[in-house]
Amino acid sequence: MAIYSPPGSDGAVVSYESRYDHWIGGEYVPPVKGQYFENPSPVNGQNFCEIARGTADDVERALDAAHGAADAWGRTSVSERANILNKIADRMEANLEQLAVAETWENGKPVRETMAADIPLAIDHFRYFAGALRAQEGTLGEIDDDTVAYHFHEPLGVVAQIIPWNFPILMAVWKLAPALAAGNAVVLKPAEQTPASIHFWMSLIADLLPPGVVNIVNGFGVEAGKPLASSNRVAKVAFTGETTTGRLIMQYASENIIPVTLELGGKSPNIFFDDVSAQDDDFMDKALEGFSMFALNQGEVCTCPSRALIQQGHYSDFLAAGVKRVENMKQGNPLDTDTQVGAQASNDQLEKILSYFDIGRQEGAKVLIGGARADLGGDLAGGYYVQPTVFEGANSMRIFQEEIFGPVVSVTSFSDYADAIKTANDTLYGLGAGLWTRDMNTAYRAGRAIKAGRVWTNCYHLYPAHAAFGGYKQSGIGRENHKMMLDHYQQTKNLLVSYSPKAMGFF
Amino acid sequence: MGARVDVTPAAADLIRSLRGQHGPLMFHQSGGCCDGSAPMCYPEGEFRTGGSDVLLEELHIEGVAEPVSFWMSTSQFEAWRHTHLTVDVVPGRGSGFSLEAPEGVRFLIRSRILTPEELAALPS
Repeated sequence: MAIYSPPGSDGAVVSYESRYDHWIGGEYVPPVKGQYFENPSPVNGQNFCEIARGTADDVERALDAAHGAADAWGRTSVSERANILNKIADRMEANLEQLAVAETWENGKPVRETMAADIPLAIDHFRYFAGALRAQEGTLGEIDDDTVAYHFHEPLGVVAQIIPWNFPILMAVWKLAPALAAGNAVVLKPAEQTPASIHFWMSLIADLLPPGVVNIVNGFGVEAGKPLASSNRVAKVAFTGETTTGRLIMQYASENIIPVTLELGGKSPNIFFDDVSAQDDDFMDKALEGFSMFALNQGEVCTCPSRALIQQGHYSDFLAAGVKRVENMKQGNPLDTDTQVGAQASNDQLEKILSYFDIGRQEGAKVLIGGARADLGGDLAGGYYVQPTVFEGANSMRIFQEEIFGPVVSVTSFSDYADAIKTANDTLYGLGAGLWTRDMNTAYRAGRAIKAGRVWTNCYHLYPAHAAFGGYKQSGIGRENHKMMLDHYQQTKNLLVSYSPKAMGFF
Repeated sequence: MGARVDVTPAAADLIRSLRGQHGPLMFHQSGGCCDGSAPMCYPEGEFRTGGSDVLLEELHIEGVAEPVSFWMSTSQFEAWRHTHLTVDVVPGRGSGFSLEAPEGVRFLIRSRILTPEELAALPS
């Protein structure tokens, strides 16, 4: 066990600057309007740095820098770009602990998650896209003996990326790595809840990228995000967030006739068939861990397995064992390497979760454990902590239909395979799902029948690069985390070439 | 008092202030991850509603000349229709493109179950 010192304090492995301006054209630029906002840590609710409050003028400057850099960056050889991505990965690996503690301090998630998941995944993501780029080839089609269609990949140019607050570094990297690999320049806006950790990342790798290739404009959605997303100077917008903003971004994109990729969340079912409990063995233990995965990252994951569907034959026993697991979860200081459940990322997130506790109870859902704010006292008294919570109820309840984005699972039962699939698919969303069974035929059929982009089968919450991630239904458009994302950041150039010296004969 | 949507006095204050800064306003209730479940507040007409949306309420706010429309997608309304919503405001950072975020506050929805009498009185 170890407890990291808060960034900037005595003995800390990392420090934040007291202020972050916009990162534009390879240097820090103060906001045109001169305004800043405070950035609190969810660990204790105290402000730890101030952040430039960007506006349309700042976005324009960042777009100027990006356009200035895009052509040269797009013409670099694939080996050069891949090497840079690999160097970024190496630099991150050498500073893994600092990145992990920095992200934990800003987001509130346990440091054991940032050390073991967020940052290692981000590092691997750069390496994956470095490799994918090196292996990418255009195609050629032989139309006839004299005519060949060549297809080349070309960068889009300057792209806009709007990053969520639940994985401030990893979600930025999911977007940056394919965009940079494909040869684009980027203007990125971090979430206003977690605006600083990406700047710490940039401080580590800035010398590896040509100025203007990555620009970071901070600020609020309405003041900085909107001018970026609606700009006619971007060739694509990538956004992770919620449905209303997703629609608004599509609407702006329609005005400029540009593509978007959107990841808008889910309400993921986690299905436990009777045969899971057939033996009390390692697999049963793994399935119970799978049930508990709703609390990973305090439930602030778009694929949080927030609906547990348990078959009636083992319902009571499995649920009791699941609740026991939840009872044993260790909630505490996110900087403590033993902590399993940390703080919610912001006060408004905390308030939202509490409002769902209220409506869940009103609708008649039974609280099996948790159901309240957690007061950890001492230095953590001002932090945003919520008890891991298990509700039992019916799939029509709002706590089964809406992404609470907290450490909250809503449990219900199902009778048979058909009932499981019907309940699993009775949602507006289709991002993730989990299913657990010892029967490979059931696993295959259920996995194909669930209308979601990712079905974890006898596992959950793995996010390796090279496994496509994205949504069905209202969960969004596009597939991240896979080489197919390169396509979302590239144009296709067709050279249609005739090797015949003869006229066609029309005129 | 709105049959489907109401506002707290604090939310009404904020709406009046935002109305002064930005002109006529509208809400669209979000769903999904991150800042999902938040009622997003925009200048009226900024968010294009259409056949896939339901107008839940025209909110009449004292001191605001025109009603503030409150929208939700039809599919989401199916899961919410049995509940009455109250727009409240809490300290927070906000997100999305909602107008209140720079004020250091955040609109938040509180809900209660509509009674059978209230449901019967509502248009389906």
